[in-house]
Amino acid sequence: MAYSQGFSPHPKVSWVGAAPTGVASEAEYVEVSVVERVDPEALKLALDQALPPGIDVVDIVQAHGGNLTERIDASEWRIELDGVEPAELAEAVSVFLSQERVEVERLTKDGKRIIDVRPAVVSALVEPRSSDAGHDEAGLSQPCGILMTVVRQVTPTVRPDDVLNALRVVAGLVPPVPARATRMAQGRLDDEGRLVDPLQQDRES
Amino acid sequence: MSVESVFPRLEPLLPRISKPVQYVGGELNATVKDWDAASVRWALMYPDAYEVGLPNQGVMILYEILNELPDVLAERTYAVWPDLEKLMREHGVPQFTVDAHRPVKAFDLMGISFATELGYTNMLTALDLAGIPIHAADRTEDDPIVVAGGHAAFNPEPIADFVDAAVLGDGEEAVLEITEIVKTWKAEGRPGGRDEVLTRLAETGGVYIPRFYDVEYLPDGRIQRVVPNRDRVPYRVFKRTTMDLDAWPYPKQPLVPLAESVHERMSVEIFRGCTRGCRFCQAGMITRPVRERSIEGIGAMVQRGLEATGFEEVGLLSLSSADHSEIAEITKGLADRYEGTNTGLSLPSTRVDAFNVDLANELSRNGRRSGLTFAPEGGSERMRRVINKMVSEEDLIRTVSAAFANGWRQVKLYFMCGLPTEEDEDVLQIAEMAKNVIRAGRQASGRNDIRCTISIGGFVPKPHTPFQWAAQCDPDTVDDRLKKLRDAVNSDRSLGRNIGMRYHDGKPSLIEGLLSRGDRRIGKVIEAVWRDGGRFDGWTEHFSYDRWTTKAAEALEPLGVDLAWFTTREREELEVLPWDHLDSGLDKEWLWADWQDALDEREQDDCRWTPCFDCGVCPAMGTDIEVGPTGRKLLPISPVGVGSPVKNPALTSG
Repeated sequence: MAYSQGFSPHPKVSWVGAAPTGVASEAEYVEVSVVERVDPEALKLALDQALPPGIDVVDIVQAHGGNLTERIDASEWRIELDGVEPAELAEAVSVFLSQERVEVERLTKDGKRIIDVRPAVVSALVEPRSSDAGHDEAGLSQPCGILMTVVRQVTPTVRPDDVLNALRVVAGLVPPVPARATRMAQGRLDDEGRLVDPLQQDRES
Repeated sequence: MSVESVFPRLEPLLPRISKPVQYVGGELNATVKDWDAASVRWALMYPDAYEVGLPNQGVMILYEILNELPDVLAERTYAVWPDLEKLMREHGVPQFTVDAHRPVKAFDLMGISFATELGYTNMLTALDLAGIPIHAADRTEDDPIVVAGGHAAFNPEPIADFVDAAVLGDGEEAVLEITEIVKTWKAEGRPGGRDEVLTRLAETGGVYIPRFYDVEYLPDGRIQRVVPNRDRVPYRVFKRTTMDLDAWPYPKQPLVPLAESVHERMSVEIFRGCTRGCRFCQAGMITRPVRERSIEGIGAMVQRGLEATGFEEVGLLSLSSADHSEIAEITKGLADRYEGTNTGLSLPSTRVDAFNVDLANELSRNGRRSGLTFAPEGGSERMRRVINKMVSEEDLIRTVSAAFANGWRQVKLYFMCGLPTEEDEDVLQIAEMAKNVIRAGRQASGRNDIRCTISIGGFVPKPHTPFQWAAQCDPDTVDDRLKKLRDAVNSDRSLGRNIGMRYHDGKPSLIEGLLSRGDRRIGKVIEAVWRDGGRFDGWTEHFSYDRWTTKAAEALEPLGVDLAWFTTREREELEVLPWDHLDSGLDKEWLWADWQDALDEREQDDCRWTPCFDCGVCPAMGTDIEVGPTGRKLLPISPVGVGSPVKNPALTSG
């Protein structure tokens, strides 16, 4: 592994837009510098052995110039809201999308901070049916609204809980139990608002 | 019967609490084993927050030794912060292990390592959250056997109501022996129930079962005697000593925390025990004799540990690391091996001499030279004779001059306040010493921007030391002396601005004193404080002096004793001390003679370099000092390279 120069050298490892505490992720990206060329597959195996259970190296590529930060500007999130009817969620989302600004408060180390969530949200779609449909018998199944949203990585960061707070602000939507958020993908936004795989160009070269 | 992980019930609570990563486990080198395949299962607890508990060497060593046995399983549990405790109570989530999130109550044994007495209230929280009755007497066969260890276990009387057993001394062999006894008892179908298994443990002579002893008191509150109340139980319980450290190279695979912890480094214990004989130092007294790990053993542990962890810093631990008979060869050998690899080596030694500076220079060959720490402990020459810390001010000035001349920019000096026979002048001498350090440092370095930090701790008399009879200094006197010291440091701004002062007020020390030298009557105080919300007593923001004094008054005054009786009262030679039946090997007559020598300001040499002075440990325990030199050297093991501390063999081509 490579180290930075200077008074107190530290290993050159950088996480790009690491997911906030309390959310799940299927798509985290990390850049690791090494001092000599190594077989990426061997490195993948070694990293996997050292990482905690549940954190798996899905893919590894050798970088061919450029840096990862430039290739990531948005994330796709899947947010599951147990006990929320999909129709109610869809209604709240459409009110949210019709606004130009939606400000929420967040508690930070330096006190309260006002964040405008709306410009960061590229898209927000509610899945039409409950995820539990078909798993449980009719009548036992809890409604579960599922929101798929693409959020730009801006400063200050807009996190899934900020999006949920925004839905509360515009439509009074309060999930009865804590929502579960999972980051599904990261990448650069193309012209149609879709995410481009950040490793694609290295994989091709 | 298998047990289920509590994680599905814990996980929804995690977003609502601070630092949830400390509760998820999954650290590198953590072990999760099949529950049903194990015949004996241990939950090991360090009764403080994860960030303090994880690096603890004792827990790490026992965790690994137990998990190496094919049919034994060990998992770790730590104190949960009050925010999670509240949610666990609301949602019925029991105390869990971080490894497989199994409920602590399901284990056969719960081992708790007490490095300090300030963890007692946290033990009660953990037991209660686990659903284990906090009083040992109320437990059934279905509850774990609660075993206390660590230095505080040399006087477990204050927690006698809460623990089933206590083990004195080194744990490596003791845990194996306990495991074997429990295994046999279980395999036999648990004959005689809990009582029988505890009796079998007591019969070994090395496991103390408080309930098998009765304490009788004199009308004035002192102890009359402590006697076994049944057959098969010895009058005295002896401490355990692991003699050959090279045979126990643990931890082989140190845990690497996912959350921040207080020591972001790997540790290798280079020797155990200390015979310097500092009279205030319980660790030095109860861990005798000195047993060194060999230079080759140390080299192998460092290399294997770095490979297993990826740590970038290695601490060479012991009570006085510069005293290893081959320390110069060890530091040079390691510095050669890891030169240019971004591996930091540190020697947390506090010996005050130029040799120590040489070692520090060697270890910081290419790195930065920021600060060095020395521990004169006493401010005046007289005080240092009382505590048997043989350092002259001349030595100190010579030492710090050498440090500053070699490019070090800061020295930290450790002292204590409230020592026996101490007067204001002894403490004020600390200011003079600090000023002399600055003067000498400016001269030696030719710079003005050097610093001296004085760090002052309150002295707490501890069991099994020559000061076990001493009156603890009251907090008002300590605080007054510290205030006078601060004024003295600041009296000369031209020097005082380069001197930093760190200290705590004297109140927590008094409570530590109560818990250290207390007897079984203190259990009521601990319980009352805990029931009133007392938690995390080692943390300033959680510690409440008022709560302790109020509860101590309520619980003790009906018994005719009080907080002062346990702390600021000097004991007489023939008083039965609460821990007299627990044998650390130290001869009580020798301890008393050493206490008298202290009062007469007479020093005592170190038996590593002078003849035996009959402290009693070696003949009583059948041990002997184990020191080198072996004359061996560390061979280079890998070519000098760049990048990580060690190369991952999986990535090395050709």
